[in-house]
Amino acid sequence: MFSTTKARTRLTGVLAGAAVLALAACSSGGSDGGDSAGGGSEGGGSGDLITVGFSQVGAESGWRAANTKSIQDTLTEENGFDLKFSDAQQKQENQIQAIRSYIAQGVDVIAFSPVVESGWDSVLEEAKQAGIPVILTDRAVDSEDESLYESFIGSDFVLEGEMAGEWVSENLATEPINVVELQGTTGAAPAIDRKTGFESATADNPNVTIIDSQTGNFTRTEGKTVMEGFLQAHDDIDLVYAHNDDMGLGAIEAIEAAGMVPGEDIKIVTVDAVKDGMQALADGKINFIVECNPLLGPDLAEVIEKVIAGEEVEKRIVVEDQSFTQEQAVEALPTREY
Amino acid sequence: MTATTSPWQRVLHHRLFWPVVALVVLLAANTVNRPSFLSIRVQDGHLFGALINLLKNGAPLLLVALGMTLVIATRGIDLSVGAVVAISGAVALSFIASAPDPGSITTVLVAVGIALALSFVLGVWNGFLVSVLGIQPIIATLVLMTAGRGVAMLITGGQITTVNSAPFKAIGSGFWFGLPVAVILAAVVFTAVALLTRRTALGMLIESVGINPEASRLAGVKARNITWTVYAVSALFAGLAGLMISSNVMAADANNAGLFIELDAILAVVIGGTSLAGGKFSLSGTLVGVLVIQTLTLTVTMLGISPSVTPLFKAIVVIAVCLAQSPKMRDVVAARRRRAARTPAQTAEVTA
Repeated sequence: MFSTTKARTRLTGVLAGAAVLALAACSSGGSDGGDSAGGGSEGGGSGDLITVGFSQVGAESGWRAANTKSIQDTLTEENGFDLKFSDAQQKQENQIQAIRSYIAQGVDVIAFSPVVESGWDSVLEEAKQAGIPVILTDRAVDSEDESLYESFIGSDFVLEGEMAGEWVSENLATEPINVVELQGTTGAAPAIDRKTGFESATADNPNVTIIDSQTGNFTRTEGKTVMEGFLQAHDDIDLVYAHNDDMGLGAIEAIEAAGMVPGEDIKIVTVDAVKDGMQALADGKINFIVECNPLLGPDLAEVIEKVIAGEEVEKRIVVEDQSFTQEQAVEALPTREY
Repeated sequence: MTATTSPWQRVLHHRLFWPVVALVVLLAANTVNRPSFLSIRVQDGHLFGALINLLKNGAPLLLVALGMTLVIATRGIDLSVGAVVAISGAVALSFIASAPDPGSITTVLVAVGIALALSFVLGVWNGFLVSVLGIQPIIATLVLMTAGRGVAMLITGGQITTVNSAPFKAIGSGFWFGLPVAVILAAVVFTAVALLTRRTALGMLIESVGINPEASRLAGVKARNITWTVYAVSALFAGLAGLMISSNVMAADANNAGLFIELDAILAVVIGGTSLAGGKFSLSGTLVGVLVIQTLTLTVTMLGISPSVTPLFKAIVVIAVCLAQSPKMRDVVAARRRRAARTPAQTAEVTA
């Protein structure tokens, strides 16, 4: 008994030692990065790399994967960037932690896609005090103090919802239709805005009735599970409006399992236009997709360079989105990058 | 329990009474809301209906919860199951995606074999940390819980891997003899575990390790091997669950597959009446716990509860079940009743 206790104490000591070493390694690595980056911006030489700390939401969907790839492919060393990338796994606390560590490392620019809209004021204030400019990509924050960030690059989610709603209103709602909605992550900007946009665009058409709306958390698995529930709860679903392709793809599985034909018995309209979604659109399983352009890398690089050079940047940079019908998807598929 | 207790009292005091009541109430609420809820029809040669979906979606959680029950019975806990779910799905789908012939049965069998073997190895690692190095279970499995998703991300390259393979799809959404394959697999595993633990001395040995590892070692039980085994088995089951989850949507999502399933599994075990302090465990209790959790999730959709209050709704149901089950709470209620009754005869009856 005594010996085991002793052994355990020794083991704890070893672990603690290892942890201290690891921490030391981290902090020294961090300060090195900070020093070199600081020297770079002071010297202002064009040959130095701009250190960018980027905190991504996660890898919850195909769209996100394309977005991540675009950023990683653009912010390369050849293009003059040193990208520090972290994945928040859809948790705000992870993201706040990542941003704090970027502040501690003294990066030149922090860019991130906020997981949710609220709760960013204090960490953004810290970045501001440290003199590090912040750029938002893809999703906005609801801070009233706009000086907390330099610019917000991303699609207009309300407009995306409106485009979906208008298409439904014009093409499908010539007779009364019942719509079920698969919402994104509760509290996330795209979920709130795509819901609002769709509702406002269909509000003046009495034929459109939204009979149920639940969150599918932007994932296929939950999209499928929730759709299974909808199919049990309602006999008369005519249309699924999903806030992203992945939930729509999950819904397709659920509809097929229920012995119905997606795209015919139950129509599907989604937002995003990632590869799997476009394929389903071309195959006739989805009826209409509003694109949400994930290729934000080039825009982000341009804004970062302007911010570092001290030039004025626009507070809101809207990325152009298009939309696809089934025929357009068949044409567009072979040449699409993502 | 004396011989004089009526059958009704025995039912009332059974530790599964309240969880079963909760399950029945949830099912009844859904049926009232939608009378066709309980109906099952035959479609394309297999059974289809809300209850079938319920069982199918509950199969992965049941597998994870079974492993968790055994681990908890040894006074341990396994937080890494969610990560193992993600790794298993990532390995299987990445292998199938890179194979020349994704649709062949051999490819799928090899993929399943690799995924399960890797899951088992991860469980052996957990078991090694806990039983040989004596690291506390919550810390030992926390390592894999945090690192595991990173491993899964590495395997899938940060992307959601999707494949098209009919044999693999069968695991999660196929049917055998009219029943979902996932349900049959889970039922087979459940029966096997039940037979192994209740028809042999294994169950008793696991409980004895949980009640007092040192005493059972002195009594000749190989406590270390038993602890080691339950972690390996837990991860193996989680691996199988991972295959079901990824096969259900034919996509390996390293970030979200099996996210928080460890918490759902622990909850299912607790609702089923197995104490986190180790010792006695109940497999049938775990089954009821899984069904309660799964029905709760479905109820949210069926009753159209707003997404913003869903967590609150779930919390209220879970708290109600746990309160009803807790011995302290029962004593308080019993004492109230006694005070209210005030007649000595009845007091005697209750205390008897």
